[in-house]
Amino acid sequence: MTASTETLHLQHADHQAHAEASGWRRWLYATNHKDIGTLYLWFAFAMFMVGGTMALGIRAELFQPGMQFWHPEFFNQLTTLHGIIMVFGAIMPAFTGLANWMLPLMIGAPDMAFARMNNWSFWLLPPAALLLLISLFVPGGAAAGGWTLYPPLSIQAGMGMDLAIFAIHLLGLSSIMGSINIVTTVLNMRAPGMTMLKMPMFAWTSLVTAYLLIAVAPVLAGAVTMLLTDRHFGTHFFKAAGGGDPVLFQHIFWFFGHPEVYIMALPAFGIVSQILPTFARKPLFGYVSMVYAVGSIAILSFMVWAHHMFAVGMPATAQLFFMFMTMLIAVPTGVKVFNWIATMWEGEMSFETPMLFAIGFVCLFTVGGFSGLVLSIAPIDTQMTDTYYVVAHFHYVLVAGALFSLFGATYYWLPKWTGYMYSERLGKLHFWWSMVWFNVTFFPMHFLGLAGMPRRIPDYPLQFTDFNGIASVGAFCFGLGQLLFLYNVIHTIRGGVGRAPARPWEGGHTLEWDVASPAPHHTWATPPDEALVKKGLRAQSLEHDHE
Amino acid sequence: MRVSRIPAAPACLLLAWHTAAADSRTGFQTPQTLIAQDISDLHTWIMVIIIVIFIAVFGVMFYAVFRHRKSLGHKARPFHENTTVEVLWTVIPALILAVMAWPAAKVVLAQKDSRGATLTVKATGYQWFWGYDYVDYGFGYKSKLTTPRGQIDNYRGNSEKGQHYLLEVDEPLVVPVGQKVRILTTSNDVIHSWAMPAFGVKQDAIPGFIRDTWFKAEREGTFRGQCSELCGQDHGFMPIVVKVVSAAQFKDYVSQKQAAAKAMADDPSKVWTRDDLVTRGQKVYEANCQSCHQANGMGSGAFPAIAGSRVANGPIGGHVHLVLTGKNAMPSWAALSDTEIAAVITFQRNAFGNKTGDMLQPKDVKLARK
Repeated sequence: MTASTETLHLQHADHQAHAEASGWRRWLYATNHKDIGTLYLWFAFAMFMVGGTMALGIRAELFQPGMQFWHPEFFNQLTTLHGIIMVFGAIMPAFTGLANWMLPLMIGAPDMAFARMNNWSFWLLPPAALLLLISLFVPGGAAAGGWTLYPPLSIQAGMGMDLAIFAIHLLGLSSIMGSINIVTTVLNMRAPGMTMLKMPMFAWTSLVTAYLLIAVAPVLAGAVTMLLTDRHFGTHFFKAAGGGDPVLFQHIFWFFGHPEVYIMALPAFGIVSQILPTFARKPLFGYVSMVYAVGSIAILSFMVWAHHMFAVGMPATAQLFFMFMTMLIAVPTGVKVFNWIATMWEGEMSFETPMLFAIGFVCLFTVGGFSGLVLSIAPIDTQMTDTYYVVAHFHYVLVAGALFSLFGATYYWLPKWTGYMYSERLGKLHFWWSMVWFNVTFFPMHFLGLAGMPRRIPDYPLQFTDFNGIASVGAFCFGLGQLLFLYNVIHTIRGGVGRAPARPWEGGHTLEWDVASPAPHHTWATPPDEALVKKGLRAQSLEHDHE
Repeated sequence: MRVSRIPAAPACLLLAWHTAAADSRTGFQTPQTLIAQDISDLHTWIMVIIIVIFIAVFGVMFYAVFRHRKSLGHKARPFHENTTVEVLWTVIPALILAVMAWPAAKVVLAQKDSRGATLTVKATGYQWFWGYDYVDYGFGYKSKLTTPRGQIDNYRGNSEKGQHYLLEVDEPLVVPVGQKVRILTTSNDVIHSWAMPAFGVKQDAIPGFIRDTWFKAEREGTFRGQCSELCGQDHGFMPIVVKVVSAAQFKDYVSQKQAAAKAMADDPSKVWTRDDLVTRGQKVYEANCQSCHQANGMGSGAFPAIAGSRVANGPIGGHVHLVLTGKNAMPSWAALSDTEIAAVITFQRNAFGNKTGDMLQPKDVKLARK
């Protein structure tokens, strides 16, 4: 290791010789995977704050029955933009950012495969975000048909919908480019000795996610383009009056939308599969079955889309097919949860912030999985679909799942990114604060849904008052707590609680921990030594001594 | 009709508790049909399984979290695979799923079987109210929210609400008890969803298409639900109220309604005076236009003012066209009768300070439709 880091340092110095761009040029013209990863992460965080503020707008209105702050139409714009921004602006770019930052480090590549396309795929995001935000101020306001954009409601809407459609085009373009980059990097640029079945789990989940995105992002683009032509060019894809079918949109949308759910969940699985072994000081249990589970979840995700549509009226046979397929996803998902628990079992666990978030993830994602199982049963889904039960379910999966894993990942790799240690005290406070208020916010929504409260209503009958009040209080506390995270990150960038060693976690054995902290601007300009790769693989039990 | 039975004894115990708690705000509304009861039982059965799994999984995990820590001096045992357990924890969950899928499939098949109904009602979704047509009896009506606007607006510090806030309508759907009622759903504009939790029914109402669902209410009474598909700004304000009555009461209801429908029917070739049109038009306006364009005709948000507008003061043909076809957020109102459209347009052109002095007859509307 010593030898290799020294070479790296020399190379680093060598690179600095031909003047790096500095100031704004460094970011605008960025082709370095680390800079682009940083851009992605900050962008995602900014969008998370914007989307979160909108969520607070929603919860403020729902704090008590009656209309107090917004008009119903603006309330619908808030729910719509909250959904679109969180999915496409916060969660997805954050995962792409992490993949950018970490994949080359973890698989021993010097950079992403297409560095300039990488720049372009990031810089498509800010204009898209801008389109969404200015749509609030155009005549008629922003899109108000929900993030699912169901026609004919979305055909009726004003020009805010067109802006949203263009934004989705840009976001999709960016996702596809990011995905092509990830696939090419993972397939072609691994260090010598690192076969596919020896890659870190995070590389596997990023790879599968990228494939999913390449498969479905064009489907979404097609759907919204059809919407656009229906709106302006007299086509009647979704207009019954002209022979179209409004339900067709839902089929197309969810053929994209269901895999999209896993696009936001699989990278989280990867992150947790990195963090748990590190702090349990044990190799990941069942690596190969984890890989197969990821693969089968990805494949099954294409066969279950109509479970979002049990209320549109399908033949009984279709209802049964989609119900059985959906239930089946519980098997590979269960395998993953069991593997994580077996990884912790008989470990030597310590509970630094990333580990707390990872365990929090496993607990809450399991709860989200259970409510998903309840929803998979078609007759029960008839009662629950379009109620707050669904809202509770997907927030358990997307906040406690995707978002908690992102927090865990940030704390886990922050020392590598900045070269400094974050404040463990603040990190733990952030975790417990988020954990408590997350549950206060979203757990009562299960009850609201069971009792029949429809989602996306700006005002509600009186029997729903108590739980809505509790959820709103929880939401404001949860939201406020995220400022702790922001403070802790900035504090760390400015020096934190001291310098971080190259390997701050004694249980971390993937390649990124063999690089200095902060990670030099250029790493692995020559591939890592095969002996070094083998040493890491042995520590993760992915390769044995006798080989 | 009853299709699923809870097989396990502990489930029955839990069911007793569940029924007791059924009126609480933490669970399903009290089931009023066998299908709703089946759904509730199914949910209980699945919750029992889930709670058992939950306790097992979290028990193991928290045992590890509390005992296998570095701070207690526990040393890691670096095992990392075991084919036997991995096969077991794939196969066993699959078997558990089968135990859930079997009763669920039976309920799906029962739920989907809408044959043999004795009464058929067409429920049409409008932005933003419901229309019901008793297709076998030749009458129909609109069912609209009656909660006063004053109760809804808290902007001025008002927060008094009635008992059935947002769940009350002027004309509920009336059906006989103990008979299979088939509901055909469709829509006039965007997708709505006809949802009645106590009956275990939720069916989207889709423009241009007819879907169906059914229920057989076991008890008389009044039951309440809400539109369950985002349908625009007043999505939260289109309740569904069903009144279940005895067969005799239902018979009376039908004959009353039929007589009223006959008396109310407008003769489309009648020639009206302007004052009559304005009076009638005001009623049509209050029922259909006021929720967006406001009582004073000043509009709000995406809905422009009618007072002093170019449409209401310009050529009358344009006004008729707009009402018939809709524009942006405003839906088409072609579903209103010729008389209603003639009346409401005449009203709008002579109210809110608009003084065109125009008058529109039903026959003109009929002509404009072509």
